[in-house]
Amino acid sequence: MSPVVTMRAVNKRYGPLTVLDRVSLEVARGERIVVCGPSGSGKSTLVSCINGLVDHDEGRIVVDGIEVSRAAGTLPAVRKRVAMVFQQFNLFPHLTALENCTVGPELALGIGKAEARASAMALLERVRIPEQAHKYPAQLSGGQQQRVAIARALAMRPQVMLFDEPTSALDPEMIREVLDVMVELADTGMTMIVVTHEMGFAREVAHRILFMDFGRVLQDAPPERFFAAPATDRAREFLSHILRKDAA
Amino acid sequence: MAAGLAAAASLPRPPPVLARRRFGFAAGLFDTWPNALVTLLLVWLLIRIGIAMWDWAIVRGVWEAETAEQCARTGGMCWAFLADRWRLILFGPYPYAQQWRPALAMVLFALLLGASLAPALWAERRSRLALGIAWPVTIAAIAALLWGGVLGLPAVPSRLWGGLPLTMILASVGVSGAFVLAILLALGRRSDMPVIRAICTGFIEFFRGVPLVALLFLASVLFPYFVPPDWTMDVLLRAQIAFALFFAAYMAEAIRGGLQAIPRGQYAACESLGLTYWQAQRRIILPQALRTVIPSLVNIFIAAFKDTSLVVIISMIDLLGAANASTAEAKWWGLYIEPYLFVALIYLAICAVMSAYSRGLERRLGLGER
Ligand SMILES: Nc1ncnc2c1ncn2[C@@H]1O[C@H](COP(=O)(O)OP(=O)(O)O)[C@@H](O)[C@H]1O
Ligand SMILES: [Mg+2]
Repeated sequence: MSPVVTMRAVNKRYGPLTVLDRVSLEVARGERIVVCGPSGSGKSTLVSCINGLVDHDEGRIVVDGIEVSRAAGTLPAVRKRVAMVFQQFNLFPHLTALENCTVGPELALGIGKAEARASAMALLERVRIPEQAHKYPAQLSGGQQQRVAIARALAMRPQVMLFDEPTSALDPEMIREVLDVMVELADTGMTMIVVTHEMGFAREVAHRILFMDFGRVLQDAPPERFFAAPATDRAREFLSHILRKDAA
Repeated sequence: MAAGLAAAASLPRPPPVLARRRFGFAAGLFDTWPNALVTLLLVWLLIRIGIAMWDWAIVRGVWEAETAEQCARTGGMCWAFLADRWRLILFGPYPYAQQWRPALAMVLFALLLGASLAPALWAERRSRLALGIAWPVTIAAIAALLWGGVLGLPAVPSRLWGGLPLTMILASVGVSGAFVLAILLALGRRSDMPVIRAICTGFIEFFRGVPLVALLFLASVLFPYFVPPDWTMDVLLRAQIAFALFFAAYMAEAIRGGLQAIPRGQYAACESLGLTYWQAQRRIILPQALRTVIPSLVNIFIAAFKDTSLVVIISMIDLLGAANASTAEAKWWGLYIEPYLFVALIYLAICAVMSAYSRGLERRLGLGER
């Protein structure tokens, strides 16, 4: 089957700084990829290029047969297929949880109000916060907010879900509830590209783990192999650092 | 991981809400010796001023008088003058027998505005629709009342409009026009497109840098020199446009401040949901930005309302101009306090309503604030 996301020799520079260095990647439908690597290694930039939040300088990115290109005007089509969950949730503070989940479908997909509400409600149930539907983000805990953000992304009926460190801004006791929702999502066969340092999650759901450093993908391996034999010193160092922190 | 599901089911506490410290009404008035002293001094002053006002307006007030001279005999307030002249002050040169028309127009406008400003009415689809119909209908009715020439009403040209209705027209049309323009200018000044950014920046800097008086002068006196001679434009409309452009520049900067306070993540979220630029602005960005700048916008609204009085320099007779004109007749020469106090209280009352409304709105919209 043809991959749903393809990146070929993608470069991204900010001034003299090369943030993505000839990154190539193929993600099959239903595949779950975890991206990890030190801070500043280009993970956020990588996922943001896939839905065109960041424009890449060279190379090609194709999502579901559509080339990601601002110049060619394909971004609206791409964003109907790719949804994203952010580290800082980025919920709309002036809208209730439910409205956060209906605004995208209503405006971008042209779905009717009643239908958008019904499916948003179903999604809030799926992330286990239906009782918070009419609260504003400020009235919710971090974990709850991130689950609303996941519901908001799912409301776009995407083919690919991007997660950029979805649990990094959360207090430890709330990480679990968000990861659980993500594991359930994985069980439905959703294609997921997840930037995270939650190695337990990676071990459990990832088909492949990408290790990035200095804008390059240094290793792309199934979790068993990645954890057993990190290919580079950097990865080994990174892993021992992360795992030590997890143990603590 | 399945065990985690149970853990997730027990929901975390909602974030704590910091209780605001509450003070009693008299807190801080008498808690220390110096505070008590200042309090007593101020109370004494207020009482003295109150007594003096009472004495001037009521005890020595003159109700029966034909001229300013007769009024002057007690040194008190000349109620007789106000009784004689209040309609001139309120309606300016508008034909005396027709003054019920602007009066009715103002009542209609106040009702419309009052209804539109009730936040409860925005939420309901049906009432929004009703408002959407009420606005054009009422505006048309007001225009028909003021201009006349229809339904058997004698025509009254706009140069005869004056007093409070003129002030309210200048302020409300000017401010609403300015508001719409200001949003576009603020967005334009933050645009990615250099040409649009330059145009908006230039516009704002120009109209902010030129005194309003100069703009009004330009609009009324110099305008005819700049356009073909067969081009005529109502002087009221020209003044109106000058106001709108001037205040748009100020409001645009206030709104830009609000836009700058919106975190980048909000834009990223809008983009990732596939919202277009205008969808994102209308539903996500502007509602948040405008809410944060309500205080400074109201500040500008109030300033604009009062600055409409500058139209006197292009010989339009607004509320303040009418107060000025009310003593022009020889028999009321020499009276100053009464007419100006009268219009000052009207200005004050309207501005007080505006700020009370904005405080209520802020409180209401505070809900859901981050
Ligand atoms: N808008 C930007 N302008 C300039 N430099 C940026 C910008 N965004 C990211 N960078 C730089 O790109 C590098 C990679 O960033 P990022 O993709 O966010 O890394 P990561 O998510 O792995 O921490 C960092 O060095 C960061 O400083
Ligand atoms: Mg990052």
